[in-house]
Amino acid sequence: MLKQIEGSRAVAEAVALARPEVIAAYPISPQTHIVEALSTLVQSGTLAPCEFINVESEFAAMSVAIGASATGARTYTATASQGLLFMVEAIYNASGLGLPIVMTVANRAIGAPINIWNDHSDSMSQRDSGWIQMYAESNQEALDLHIQAFRLAEELSLPVMVCMDGFILTHAVEQIDLPSQEQVDAFLPPFEPRQVLDPDAPVSIGAMVGPEAFMEVRYLGHVTQMRALDAIPDISSAFRESFGRDSGGLVRSYMTEDAETIVVALGSVLGTVKDTVDELRSEGHRIGAVGITTFRPWPAAEVRRALATARRIVVLEKALAIGIGGIVSLDVRVSTAPNDQVVHTIIAGLGGRPITTPSLRRVLIDALGGVLPELTFLDLDHGLVERELQRRGATRRSGPDAENLLRDLGAVAAGPV
Amino acid sequence: MQPFQVRIHGRGGQGVVTAAELLSVAAFREGRYAQAFPSFGSERTGAPVVAFCRIADTPIRSHEPITSPDALIIQDPTLLHQVDAFNGLREDGYLLINSSHSFAALGLGDFVARFDPARLRTVPGTEIARETVGRPIANAVLLGSFAALTGVVSIDAVAAAIRERFSSALAERNVAGARRAFDYVSDGAREMVSAQAD
Repeated sequence: MLKQIEGSRAVAEAVALARPEVIAAYPISPQTHIVEALSTLVQSGTLAPCEFINVESEFAAMSVAIGASATGARTYTATASQGLLFMVEAIYNASGLGLPIVMTVANRAIGAPINIWNDHSDSMSQRDSGWIQMYAESNQEALDLHIQAFRLAEELSLPVMVCMDGFILTHAVEQIDLPSQEQVDAFLPPFEPRQVLDPDAPVSIGAMVGPEAFMEVRYLGHVTQMRALDAIPDISSAFRESFGRDSGGLVRSYMTEDAETIVVALGSVLGTVKDTVDELRSEGHRIGAVGITTFRPWPAAEVRRALATARRIVVLEKALAIGIGGIVSLDVRVSTAPNDQVVHTIIAGLGGRPITTPSLRRVLIDALGGVLPELTFLDLDHGLVERELQRRGATRRSGPDAENLLRDLGAVAAGPV
Repeated sequence: MQPFQVRIHGRGGQGVVTAAELLSVAAFREGRYAQAFPSFGSERTGAPVVAFCRIADTPIRSHEPITSPDALIIQDPTLLHQVDAFNGLREDGYLLINSSHSFAALGLGDFVARFDPARLRTVPGTEIARETVGRPIANAVLLGSFAALTGVVSIDAVAAAIRERFSSALAERNVAGARRAFDYVSDGAREMVSAQAD
């Protein structure tokens, strides 16, 4: 059924349609609307049987999710930013134990400086955690990915993070095709756990493993995650058969058939990227885009194939690996190394800075003209940075950068208090 | 086709985000694609708030903020001295200000001279809301004026969106306010046409 609803609401409805039995969550912007809506659905009895557990922290949220999943309950949680970081120890346990928890990450920057706005720093920090990571391009895809995520997680017995841009998607009201309970029930079989805490057949989940088998357990985790490279396209096509639309999958190409320049991106910015590609194509430029839907496991062969025609690749990233630059770019470089292609990294949108068509167009024109540096920061205020460097050079006790920059911009009262 | 882009300025507590959402629901109900979203981080009562709405006949892919609006709704005229609310408004754009004063009385006479006068209105939305809704919250009321001024959505779709969002008694009061604000603008437009004919 078509509905005009907020992205968070759409995700909450999708999660409820998947019939989770335990939801453990701690609210944090911009994830709050999702768990609020789910708690209401549980309280009203619309989502039943389901236990919604108000925990005292994100660490507790993931710990409760681990316990619930180990008893064979379909389990869901959601978080963002500092909340994700706070649960990290348990995040690694969930994947290491092979528990099929589904978690929404409403992508948000990481502090300091504290910032509630969107970028991908939070989920990117967990790229090696053993969780599958998928990135939604739109709210429709966010909804669809959650339904697919439960099937994927339970099929492989691995946890899945569905990443959606905080605020940009979570707080956007758009047209959503909401499936029926019957459709979701037909698509998503009941949870058949590979391991379960059962008093009648006791096992220990989380045994200590020494050097004799630790590497093998880790290796099995890798093998299992790599199997997702087959499972994800299968589930995506099963989804298309059941629901009649394309969602999920590994990578998605846009106007790349004859493209000499291809932009690679993840998440909602792909909308702006496609609009910009259309604009540049209408002016005769051979440019296209590739969206990475599945970031972990990394679909190396599919990425290489999708980028095969390109002489030049521009990776647009909403996270910064301080000390080197791009994160997704590294994976793209490894995958395309044999092809002798130029790979540029554009760091954009950190801490919620809008990524606009005019700005994107400007850097892509530079790329097409062969004058884009290897690493660029989109719309960086170089003057602002330069003035702070001068202040640092002028005196030892130059004070905190963040406050100095805000004073410089006039965002807080100038001069010492 | 480029979407029709609306930016709404107001203050926290005035229902700015809800207004953008209602507008998107009204457009959706008329079979169009629509996208509403708030500016983020300023959710405090009284703080300047901006919300956006795009309306189109094709799916809307971009999620970037609206910098060059086709229409502006200013819910709180005291903002005019505080934020650059008119920034990026197209010369063929629509401007709706919630005020019982004229543009000249608001000190905007010179500013609005370069716009099409048929696309500019001040509307006493707060007064209408006080009388019809019973509270000085003009967000839904102003959408009635928006429908009359732009024709982008119908007043019936605005009414349906209001009824979908609010409980029945509150919804009916808002619908009454929106209809009165619709008439205020469309009657004014007829007067202007007849004045020009004279």
